[in-house]
Amino acid sequence: MVEQATRAAIEAVWRLESTRLIAALVRMLRDVGLAEDVAQDAVVAALAAWPVAGIPANPGAWLMTTAKRRAIDVLRARARHDRAAAELAHDLAEVVDEDPSAGIDHVEDDVLRLMFICCHPALTAEAQTTLTLRLVAGLSTREIARAHLAPEATVAQRISRAKRTLAEVGAAIEEPAAAERAERLGTVLGVVYLVFNEGYSATEGEDWMRPALCDEAVRLGRILTALVPEDPEVLGLSALMELQSSRLAARADAEGEPILLDAQDRRRWDASRIRRGVDLLDRAVALVAHAGPAAEPGPYVLQASLAAEHARAASVDDTDWERIASLYERLARRTGSPVVELNRAVALGRARGPEAGLALLDQVSDLPAMRGYHLVPSVRGDLYAQLGRWDEAAAEFGRAAGMAANARERGLLERRARDARAAGGPIASS
Amino acid sequence: MRFLCMVQTDENPPWEIPGALYEAMAAYDQEGRLNGTLVESRGLLPSAAGAIVSAADGRVKAIDGPFAEAKELVGGYAVVDVRSREEAVELGRRLVQLHLEHIPEWRGTVEIRQIADF
Repeated sequence: MVEQATRAAIEAVWRLESTRLIAALVRMLRDVGLAEDVAQDAVVAALAAWPVAGIPANPGAWLMTTAKRRAIDVLRARARHDRAAAELAHDLAEVVDEDPSAGIDHVEDDVLRLMFICCHPALTAEAQTTLTLRLVAGLSTREIARAHLAPEATVAQRISRAKRTLAEVGAAIEEPAAAERAERLGTVLGVVYLVFNEGYSATEGEDWMRPALCDEAVRLGRILTALVPEDPEVLGLSALMELQSSRLAARADAEGEPILLDAQDRRRWDASRIRRGVDLLDRAVALVAHAGPAAEPGPYVLQASLAAEHARAASVDDTDWERIASLYERLARRTGSPVVELNRAVALGRARGPEAGLALLDQVSDLPAMRGYHLVPSVRGDLYAQLGRWDEAAAEFGRAAGMAANARERGLLERRARDARAAGGPIASS
Repeated sequence: MRFLCMVQTDENPPWEIPGALYEAMAAYDQEGRLNGTLVESRGLLPSAAGAIVSAADGRVKAIDGPFAEAKELVGGYAVVDVRSREEAVELGRRLVQLHLEHIPEWRGTVEIRQIADF
């Protein structure tokens, strides 16, 4: 029992310390794989020592010192045939016993650099996501596998391949240059939002949502706002995730079935998350305004503005659909994304009537990016339903159900197809 | 999972509060921002600026502060977002330790309560 309690306490310490521990070790060792190995060794050492001696007053410093000592051993073993390792081992040995907390003083730079490394352009998007969850969020391989419904061996392989790629390109040594930094930050934001979205509407499998992934992404967004507080897009992403996750409790019923925006009980939206999201958005908008009259809000600020419009509205009918449509128009201009146009069609349908929505949908539904995308027939079905064209609505919902990969969503679309057929039934057969 | 952590201590303590404690608290908060656990934290003004509304004999009664009879009062709070209760306890342990480092005779508690999420 005591053993169990200590284990849980050590795991908690690891959770709180792992990001900066690994980030500092990467800076010192210039090797992501080695940094992670010695950090793990430090945890193993803690599991042996702390149940006997108790948790040290400064557990982070204890882990850091232990990891550094372990790194010196490894580097000395390598030193026989590697001069750089010998020098590094010597330098580390100089600092390791002076001040146990030495090396945790550049934490902001370290953590941001670690994020940049995890999102290195040499890595695939999948590898970037996995490595970010592993090294920055501190999730275990098993946790990542569970979150992505992938076999543990696949995730482990993905991680080791990613580390190999990073070693080959020397990613841990380089600092992105100023010009590349903005681009790299954009990649980091994209990876974090990808994690959030995978949690918010799981694309595969049985679950409609995986809140744990949303929580991780919100936390990563929070860390980013501490690291880069003056970037409107960083604040915008954090605002967007706070606002969207405010609806998590209202997005599914007790059986886990999806509840769409129209039908959600807005009293169940989390007011404190909404407030935090709106505050972050206000700060982001102020920063954009401060940047000059020609400055345009970026995609995350625009998306957060959209989420805030929904959050402010007491009901679907109270929503400012014209403003939402115009925000989508600006977003489409910024991103060129046909999915954004799809959302604009929904908003136009609300603002000016279903025909306006259908007209825009006709323009975008044949684009290559839209092929096989289940939300195209789903939106079309919805607009037909609003016009009372039930047979066509039923056919579209049926088509959408055939394309949806998420079991819950498929069930919802099949239900809508049945409802539309029932609504149109007597008229259609007469 | 989110927890509300309330620091409770004597409102009129016999000890001095050194400026270094405030700096250490600021550093502690920054640490919480950097590991993503800190959602929000605030210190509370003395109870003289507050009030207590209670039920007394089936009636509602409001009394302005200060709350003379209360021994320990909430002097500050933090909302943290963590993956386990142990993490919240570790954050609480560090908070108490921080006070003891700067005020060896400090007495107080950190009450940690999970926020209902769904």
